[in-house]
Amino acid sequence: MNFFHFIIDCGKITLRGSKTYYAWLTFLVLLIIWGGFGYSAQLSDGLIKTHMRDSVSWAFYIGNFTFLVGIAAAAVMLVIPAYIYNWKPIKEIVIFGELLAVCAVIMCISFIVVDIGRPLRFWHMLPIVGTMNFPYSLLSWDFFALNIYLIINSVVVTYLLYCTFYKKQYNKTFVLWLVLFSIPMAVSIHTVTAFLYNALPARPFWNSALLAPRFLASAFCSGPAILLILFQILRKITKFEIKDEAIWTIAELMVYSMFIYLFFSVAELFKEFYSGTEHVLYWKYLLLGIGDNKELVVYSWSSIIMGCIAFVLFLIPATRKNFITLNIGAVLIYASVYVEKGIALIIPGFTPDVLGQIYVYTPSMTEIRTAVMIFSLGSLVFTILLKIAIAIIFENYNIDSLNQKKEN
Amino acid sequence: MKKENSRRIFLKNLSLATFSALALSGCNMKKVDEFLQKNFRTLTKKEVDDLIKNLVIEYKEKYHKDFHLSAKPALEETLFGYALDLSRCIGCRRCVYACVKENNQSRNPQIHWIQVLQMEKEKGIDFAYSTVQYNPETVPDKDHFYVPIGCQQCRNPQCIKVCPAKATWQEPDGIVVIDYNWCIGCRYCMAACPYGARHFNWGEPNVPAEEINTEMHYLGNRPRMKGVVEKCTFCVQRTREGKYPACVEICPVGARKFGNLLDPESEVRYILANKRVLVLKQELNTQPKFYYFFGI
Repeated sequence: MNFFHFIIDCGKITLRGSKTYYAWLTFLVLLIIWGGFGYSAQLSDGLIKTHMRDSVSWAFYIGNFTFLVGIAAAAVMLVIPAYIYNWKPIKEIVIFGELLAVCAVIMCISFIVVDIGRPLRFWHMLPIVGTMNFPYSLLSWDFFALNIYLIINSVVVTYLLYCTFYKKQYNKTFVLWLVLFSIPMAVSIHTVTAFLYNALPARPFWNSALLAPRFLASAFCSGPAILLILFQILRKITKFEIKDEAIWTIAELMVYSMFIYLFFSVAELFKEFYSGTEHVLYWKYLLLGIGDNKELVVYSWSSIIMGCIAFVLFLIPATRKNFITLNIGAVLIYASVYVEKGIALIIPGFTPDVLGQIYVYTPSMTEIRTAVMIFSLGSLVFTILLKIAIAIIFENYNIDSLNQKKEN
Repeated sequence: MKKENSRRIFLKNLSLATFSALALSGCNMKKVDEFLQKNFRTLTKKEVDDLIKNLVIEYKEKYHKDFHLSAKPALEETLFGYALDLSRCIGCRRCVYACVKENNQSRNPQIHWIQVLQMEKEKGIDFAYSTVQYNPETVPDKDHFYVPIGCQQCRNPQCIKVCPAKATWQEPDGIVVIDYNWCIGCRYCMAACPYGARHFNWGEPNVPAEEINTEMHYLGNRPRMKGVVEKCTFCVQRTREGKYPACVEICPVGARKFGNLLDPESEVRYILANKRVLVLKQELNTQPKFYYFFGI
């Protein structure tokens, strides 16, 4: 009953807000509708509305899925430094990190659903009701990893907010164990997703042992970038207190991951280009183009350049500690990883295809609209959850204040 | 008293409403049944028989023809194998179109289970220097040779390993098949196949009623739906009846050979014993049952 009241009161708080809040929500809803019409065309006519074909059978949707798995994973892994360095608002960092993770996982699952030819038959791959190919198919592993991760994170944030709302002391061991469990789960969702591609000897571009480590390193660049900016906004508009030092430490940790990511990529490139086997073809298509087919070159180099600028900005202490350059760097690294995961990871795996044929893929309008729909939906959910969390944690929105209001 | 009455009337109306709703949805019950249909491999003999009966009626309504839909299981002591003579193939693509006709592949959007690659004689078998888009006046071209590629019917198929729903499997006679009703369309198998043998119905498949082949197998050439994957089945509807696949029959130069690998007297076994054979992408350990050889 208490929980029911909690949900109702959380619902109420989302309806109250400033004009900017409402404008933002309206904007997101409009985007969802615009994207939704694109997706409905795909639902009725089939995936032929996308530009995917037999040669490039996975593309933009799966790229976005991969990127968001990284965001989901990194958001929670940020708890480790928060714990080690003993940043003061650790509970808040856990809550905001896990909220971001929840929204990212919801978007991941949405991208899988829109990519499936017959989404209504999804139950065929579930255990018990369907015939899941566990443990052989990596997709079945990903299904478990993502769902367990979603459940743990939802439980932790709901429980913490619930206790704060009712001004109860939360069970520390329970939360600690769940958070401790969610950290290896965060690593595992991204590892399993990397293994999904890694497992395919038919695709030499992915069939490298460095793929999973590169995934984790790049996720640790893009995920904290969002939180870095979010923490600064929260610090401005709420009573959230995070010291500059903590933000700089996050940036410092990001430099390490950027360096590791850069090093892994250079190691991969050296092996491919120096040995120059037939497998170098995919890297050639990505970085230099094959003959007249240079479609991905602009994406790959823009990702590389943005990543390198961000690396330099974060590396030099003066620009790291300047909030303008720091934020520019955060946006750049986020964009760099998005282009890398969204375009430069999936498409070269399929171009040239297994029979050496080149099919030029660029996302269709339907794919872009569907992606906009999912990202707006994710942002909408994130905004609403943030609104609730901020009210409960910082604005003294709790059972006592509500009761007081009633008495008045 | 009055109150009780109104309750009774209410209950009566409610049951009537439920009943009529059920009756109305009766026309959609078939769709519900189809939606709830289980994986083909878990169905009983009777369930398969009923399913086939219903499908034949459904196909007749759609194409106005009488169909023979079989679900014949694999023959005993049979492991199908294929051999293709690269020195004879002239790249005429008759096999491609015979396959389309026999197996009811969608004409628009177009699906081809066989891809014929034109390769450069100077380069040998190198996919990087191949094209499916060759279009000369006459074939064969003197500087090129041709490699037709369909499903290699691997003994160690990657596509089956990765399918999350067990919608595709290897039959006892070695044919890799798909339960089209069970496929969810995730296309993981297409990413896993090293031979591009799997094809997806990106749009609603379309086969003209006058061209449809009415001799069908449940796991083979029956009409597919939008959003599922399909592939070569060694013409399961023909080969389990003792016939050759359509591509073997059509080949004008006799480059295609088919038979039972367990039969020491079969032609494929003769080729394996006496000719130089190769399999594509041997290093991937997929162990195809589709061999290429040089006959001349």
